[in-house]
This record gives sequence, structure tokens and C-alpha cells, in this order.
Amino acid sequence: MIGLGHYLVVGAILFVMGVLGIFLNRKNIIIILMAIELILLAVNINLVAFSAFLGDIVGQVFAMFVLTVAAGEAAIGLAILVIYFRGRGTIAVDDVNRMKG
Amino acid sequence: MTMLESLLVVLPELILTLGATDLLLVAAFSNKPDLGRRVSIYAVLMLIACGLALLGPAGNGGAVFGGLYYADAFSTFSKVLIYASAAIAILMAPRFFDRRGEMRPEYPILILLSALGMGFMVSSGDLMMLYIGLEMQSLAAYVLASFMRQDTRSAEAGLKYFVLGALASGILLYGVSLIYGFTGTTSYQGIGAAMASGLSMGELFGLVFVLAGLAFKISAVPFHMWTPDVYEGAPTPVTAFFATAPKIAAVALAIRVMFDALAPATDAWQQIVIFVALASIALGAVAAIGQSNVKRLLAYSSINNIGFALIGIAAGTQAGVAATLSYMAIYVVMTLGSFLCVLQMRDAQGRPVEDIASLAGLSKSQPALAAAFAIFMFSLAGIPPLLGFWGKFLVFDAAVAAGLFPLAVIGIALSVIGAYYYLRIIKTIYFDDAAAPYAPANSVVENGLIAVTAATVSPLGYLLVPFLALTAGNAAQALF
Repeated sequence: MIGLGHYLVVGAILFVMGVLGIFLNRKNIIIILMAIELILLAVNINLVAFSAFLGDIVGQVFAMFVLTVAAGEAAIGLAILVIYFRGRGTIAVDDVNRMKG
Repeated sequence: MTMLESLLVVLPELILTLGATDLLLVAAFSNKPDLGRRVSIYAVLMLIACGLALLGPAGNGGAVFGGLYYADAFSTFSKVLIYASAAIAILMAPRFFDRRGEMRPEYPILILLSALGMGFMVSSGDLMMLYIGLEMQSLAAYVLASFMRQDTRSAEAGLKYFVLGALASGILLYGVSLIYGFTGTTSYQGIGAAMASGLSMGELFGLVFVLAGLAFKISAVPFHMWTPDVYEGAPTPVTAFFATAPKIAAVALAIRVMFDALAPATDAWQQIVIFVALASIALGAVAAIGQSNVKRLLAYSSINNIGFALIGIAAGTQAGVAATLSYMAIYVVMTLGSFLCVLQMRDAQGRPVEDIASLAGLSKSQPALAAAFAIFMFSLAGIPPLLGFWGKFLVFDAAVAAGLFPLAVIGIALSVIGAYYYLRIIKTIYFDDAAAPYAPANSVVENGLIAVTAATVSPLGYLLVPFLALTAGNAAQALF
């Protein structure tokens, strides 16, 4: 029998993978965008699992909001990436260093 | 409450939604010359209309839409500050962008959309509203940071802000999902009621994640690493906007979450806030010392100031919240004034200069501007009799009244270290050998705004203190 705990573990694993994907990846900014999506999807799994096990619809409504916002976020992220690429001609993470820090 | 009454309560948000989409259509289809300035004027008028709308039911209508949205003295206080700083951020922009022909109408529209999100943040009564408001504010802000498309630094600032901002939203959202799961509700009141019987492990995890996400949005240590880069790379008017309006909104949101939803868990978050406050003050003070770029320096100054504002929250009392709100109001005036002065730093060809060393000899070439700059720096350092001192006094007073003596003592000691780098700017302006003079500061709007903000933080500002104390006190009372 698959219980709430299993879903939460999957969500937690995806979340950690997303966070590590942002910090460990040294190659490509597109991978960072994918890692961000992974984090948001981990949250969605959590929300839907809680919603189902609580018998409360709010979590599923919330998940729809998160999906919508994630789409907008990806659009804006890619747009910024495009103007960045136009200026610098590269999207390697190690090259994002015009300013120290 | 009928639908119409509910809509009247969200009138400022309605004005901004309809107005911003309307202006976006105008911007897309109109071919009038100088469209950026025209749209800016309408945008400022719209923000004034929103401010006036707060006098009606939008200012004190209470909870509407099933408790999703609150209109009380607290939200009104925050919204007045947000709309005012958004309007000033629009007014200071045209001349800056004009030099490169980049005063596009999207700038005021994005600021309006961001202000709309901030209005939702400070009025939120539910985690869902919190998330939507936060994202509306952030998404507009990412675009604003990379507004100068040809400038690689601006694009890089936008990229860094986006990646780290999205990560912070994700962390916050993960915490929200845990809190929802373990309390069974997303409304602040319901969460407070569920937590009153004790804090479960899941709720504690959720609380920590939510606080981490909020700490990022107010750029508090240890989630401050984006601030210097974004402040340096973004166009100066945008930086001025980032340093003021979103900060107020995020601090107000944090106050609402901590005192509405997480009130039963005060012991848990109080330790976190105390640590974050002291770490922000210390890092803001120490890391700023080596900076040579004035925008970077002001970024560390804002980290430092957020630390002081958090001291009021850490006190966990009504007086503490009132002190934080007063501190933020004073901080906004000082910061806007500083950035208006930074905007006047232009070389003979009109190119913006950001080097602190180039300020040398300003006292000879432009004594009035030099005096205004000095007033803002002294005030940010918290030196009496300027108004910045009063804000710091209020938060330390609240901390002492709540029995947090070590916090107050360490905070005061660190504020002395912080004074060093502000005084270094004043030394550069008044005592160093003159550098190449700046282009004359001849914009009537900007000079007028500098005069008003300088007068406010000067000792004359103490005339406003009774009014500020009354409104901030009422705002804090709305939460208790």
C-alpha cells in the first residue's frame, strides 16, 4: 500500500535534486532552468498528495496556481537568457562573472 | 458582504490591474513621440489614485473574499509607502534612460505590475495570496533588472536575480506545502489555530523553509548573495526601486506571516530572526568597507538596514512591530534620497559614474548636492540629530523593552562599525583632492525630490515623528 509518506519522500528527493542541480551544475544555464522546474514540480507532488490524503481541495487549486506561475516564470527566464546570450555569446555558468560575487 | 462591497475593498488593486493592462495596450499600439514619458505620467497618476482609494473602504474594509485579502491599518501603512516609492522610482527614470534612448513605456508599466503584486503581499490573509503576490512582484522585478537590454551588466543582473529569486520562491513554496499538509489549511488564521496546540516536526520544517524564502526577498544574511550584484548591474532607477518598495512589501509580509499565522510558534522563529538580524548587520557593515562602487556600497547598506528592521520583529511585541514599520518608513526616505544623489553622478558627457572616488571635491563644484549626500549618509549611519537615528532608537528601545539586552548591545556596537563606511563617503566628498567635476544637476524634478527627502531626514523631520508614531502604532495594533 502506497501511503502519504511515499509521496512526500518522492517530493523531497525531487526537491533536493532541484536544489543540487542549481548549485552543482557548472555548465549551462538551461540546466538551472530545468532544476527550477523540478523544484516546483516537487512542491506540486507534495500539494496534491496532501490534498488527496486530507480530503481537502485547496491543495489541488494551489497546484494549478503553481503550474501557471511556473509557466510564466519559465517564459521570463528564457527571455532574459536570450538577451544575455545576445550580449555575451555564451550561456556557460562560469562565464556569468562581469560583476564580482 | 456583497460582491460590490468586496470589490471596493480591493479598489487599489483593481485600478492597478486595469490601468497597467490598459497602458500596455497603449504602449503597444500608439505611435506618439516620447511615449515613455507620457505613460510615466499616467502611471504616477494611477499610483496617486491608488493612494487616495486607501482613504475609503480599501483602507479599513477588513477581511474580504473569504479571508483571502485583508484591508486594515497595517496594509494601508505599507501600501502608502509602496505606492510612494514606486511613484518616485518612475519619476527619477526618464533622464537616466533617455541618454541611451531606452525610456520605453514598459518601465512604468512593469513598476505598476510589481506594485500590484506588493499590494497583494501586504494584504494577504492566505498562503495562496502570499505566493501569487510574491510571484507577481518578483516576475516584474526580474524583467526590470535586465531592462537595459544592450548592457551586459544589466542582463547579467537580471539573470542572477532570476535564478536566485526562483530558487527562493521554490524554497518558500516547499515550506508552504509542508505547512498546508501538516495544518490542513492555507489561511493564516487556520494555521495559527492549528499550531496553537503545539508545533509538529513537519510544521517546524515548513516554518524554516518559509522564513528562508522570505529572508531571500528582504536580502537578509545568509540569503543576501544576490543583492550586491543585482544592485550594481541593474539601471540606477531600478536599483532605487529594488531597495525600497519590494523591501517594505517583503518585511510587511514577513510580519503578517509571523504574527498572524505563526504567532503560536514565536519561540521557534524568534531565535532565527535574532540570528538573521545580527548576521545582516554585521555582514552589511564589514563587507561594505572595501567597496569602491557606490551602488554596491548602498546594497550592503540595505542589507545592514534590514538587519536593524528585523530587530523590531525579533522583539515579538506590538511596540516592536510599530518600531519596524517606522524604521522602514524612514529607511525608504533615506534610500530614495541617496539614489537620487547617485543619479546626479554623471561625467561631463552625461554618462553615469558609479565610482566612489569620483565624488572627491563635490563640496566645491556642487555644494548643495554635496550637503544633501552628506545628510543622507549621516542619517543612514544613524547619527543624531538626523531622522535615521530615531528609527534605530525605536527598534533598540523595543528590543530592550522585550528583554533582549544582548541583541541590543551587539546591534549598537555593530552600528558603530557600520558608521565607518558612510563617513568615508563624506570624507571623500569634503576633504579629498578634487576629481573631474560632474555634469550640472539641472533636472527640476530630481532636484525637488532631493530637497524634499533631505528636508525629511534632516532634524525638521522630527516634526513628523508624532504622526509616524500614531500611524505605525495603529498599523501594528491591527495585527494583535
